[in-house]
Amino acid sequence: MDLNFSPDELAFRAEVRAFVAAHLPDDIRDRVRRGDESQVADDLRRWQEILHAHGWGAVMWPREFGGTGWDKTRQYLFEIECAAADAPIQLPFGLKMVAPVIMRYGTPAQQQRFLPRILDGSDWWCQGYSEPGSGSDLASLKTRAERDGDHYVVNGQKAWNTLGQHAGWIFCLVRTDPAAKPQRGISFLLIDMRTPGIRLQPTRLLDGGHEVNEVFFDNVRVPVKNLVGEENAGWTCAKFLLGHERTNIAGIGASRRELARLRRMAGEAGRNGAPLADNPVFASRIAQVALELRALEVTNLRVIFGEARQQAPGPEASMLKIRGTEILQRITELQVEALGARALEYEGDGEDVPRAVGHYMNLRKLSIYGGSNEIQRNIIAQMVLQL
Amino acid sequence: MDVSFTEEQQMLHDSIRRYLASDYPLEHRAKTIAGEDGWSADTWRALADLGLLALDIEEADGGIGAGPVGTMLVSQATGAGLLLEPFHSSAVLATRVISLLGQGERRTMLLDALASGDAVAVLAHDEDGGWFDARSTTAEPDGDGWRLHGRKARVYHAPMARWLLVSARTQDGSGVFLVERDAEGMELRALRTVDGQRAADIELDLHLPADARLGGEASAALEQALDHGLAALCADALGVLDRTLATTVQYTRDRVQFGTPIGRFQALQHRMADMYMQVEQARSMSYLATSACLGDDAQARREAVSGAKVVVGQAARRVGQEAVQLHGGMGMTDELDVSHCFRRLLAFELRMGTTDEHLRALHGLARAEAA
Repeated sequence: MDLNFSPDELAFRAEVRAFVAAHLPDDIRDRVRRGDESQVADDLRRWQEILHAHGWGAVMWPREFGGTGWDKTRQYLFEIECAAADAPIQLPFGLKMVAPVIMRYGTPAQQQRFLPRILDGSDWWCQGYSEPGSGSDLASLKTRAERDGDHYVVNGQKAWNTLGQHAGWIFCLVRTDPAAKPQRGISFLLIDMRTPGIRLQPTRLLDGGHEVNEVFFDNVRVPVKNLVGEENAGWTCAKFLLGHERTNIAGIGASRRELARLRRMAGEAGRNGAPLADNPVFASRIAQVALELRALEVTNLRVIFGEARQQAPGPEASMLKIRGTEILQRITELQVEALGARALEYEGDGEDVPRAVGHYMNLRKLSIYGGSNEIQRNIIAQMVLQL
Repeated sequence: MDVSFTEEQQMLHDSIRRYLASDYPLEHRAKTIAGEDGWSADTWRALADLGLLALDIEEADGGIGAGPVGTMLVSQATGAGLLLEPFHSSAVLATRVISLLGQGERRTMLLDALASGDAVAVLAHDEDGGWFDARSTTAEPDGDGWRLHGRKARVYHAPMARWLLVSARTQDGSGVFLVERDAEGMELRALRTVDGQRAADIELDLHLPADARLGGEASAALEQALDHGLAALCADALGVLDRTLATTVQYTRDRVQFGTPIGRFQALQHRMADMYMQVEQARSMSYLATSACLGDDAQARREAVSGAKVVVGQAARRVGQEAVQLHGGMGMTDELDVSHCFRRLLAFELRMGTTDEHLRALHGLARAEAA
């Protein structure tokens, strides 16, 4: 055991750092830094194109599909460096969620049609998993798909669809056999968002933003060739996808960036004539969360290495999800505390205020989505502790 | 970067764990605690035979050279076994001090005696008043030797040691002085610690020959040895945490209330999931501290070690308390594992610098870096 990075890994890190410094456009970086999401769709597309042009479009994909084939340590270092430099995140829906499913269960035709367009950023994907009434209990979903010749006819409603207003495609879990047991009658469909009968309705959130939508399907006709895997075997794809979603769930890069921001804010904020950073009570809170993050980084690496040996991410991923989201939430909470009463001016024109306050409110979602942290604790209790 | 262990390292850990599981039951341990000496010569002999006392001695010095990683893995086992014998004090901490500072024939003599189990040595460093600042013990030139004066507090395993390695302030900084336990001018007041181990408060006012000083100015070596010892102590606490969690999970599987094993209740499951996460975070920091002891970067090592002491210490508090709570009334009794684990975890928090002291030290390090 030796947790120090090898000379090779350090050289790789320097290469990524230099590339991002040279190629991330200033205007994008500034918007990310300010938390300005007014041009988020364009920013994400441009950054994806830049990465793709350099051969780094999909750092987690195998080489045969145009990925980098990097090992998990390199993927981890890439994530950290991009976050530290205020690069936009790469949207997970195409790259990390639907792509692995298409690689594993899709037909060669589906692979050739969809994967290159995810890689170069020309297709924006969104997800159609959750429904009103089917959150953590996903298997209770009700959206129907009935076979009609070489089409499925889809009717129903999806909820919590993130950034679908920019998406060209949606991957959906639909019920194809209402008579079967909940997990058995579900299929995994790829649906063109321009198909007649699809309607999006924005969901206004706690922070006032438009990040998620409800999606309504009214007799939407989907070609049968867009079914991934076997009919009624979509639950297998769903579980596979959720497993992949969890591989990078600790979000170390984002937390490190926000911690650095918190430290800067505490250094700048004055209270009673001294910087907040000099207040031992506040300094101790920062030190505490910094330590928890450090411990999680190593835990993440331990899981990554375990994964490299045993393939599929195990129930340990639940721990990364819980701790990662709790820590990031805690950091955003401290950012608001650092602002103090200034945070009341949420709609003001400063830089830190709207960003930190909006972030704090928005990131309450972290412990709810992707399987709530309560569900993750159930998984640990049952799968790890065998209770 | 490599997060795995070699087969050899794994075997080392497993063998000591198996030995303690079979030959070191709680009843045996209770007898030892109640006895006059507070340790078992048979157990000490067995540890020597397993090679553990030579574990942290370099091969060039005739040892096994298992280094920080091997020491960590064995320390996890000594923690899980709730070992009372002075493995940590003598085979880790004192051995490391001698390896870093000892010279010539005396170095060989001391290391051989410790490795074979013929003698125990302990580092007398702790004083009242705080881990980082308390250095009231002084060594001044006195004729052709030294005058050593001061007090040391709660020096683990001093009553069973042949030698004490006493840290002291000197004109050039810090020094470490070799003193026979029976030396005239040194008084030991033996005491029993909260986790059933033996320690001593020590009064020092004695003359020592010139060659009593091990090596020269010892600040850096001392800091390195203490960090190494802290990393090992964190691993020991991790072993206790593992046992505490396992014993709690098992208890809630077996204990039936309202017609159901209480481990089926979600409220309890979530608390144990939290305990599990605390143990894993502690494990990560224990690994990080050990790994930092492999490198040459003293600042990174200090940060990792103090960070580990804090995270493991906080886990010790929370997991210890939760374990007692989940055991219900039985958790309060001396009869069950959990009470012994609880007390050892409490002792861990208090030894070698409290959680607050290390958190402050980290703050100081961060500020030094920012300045």
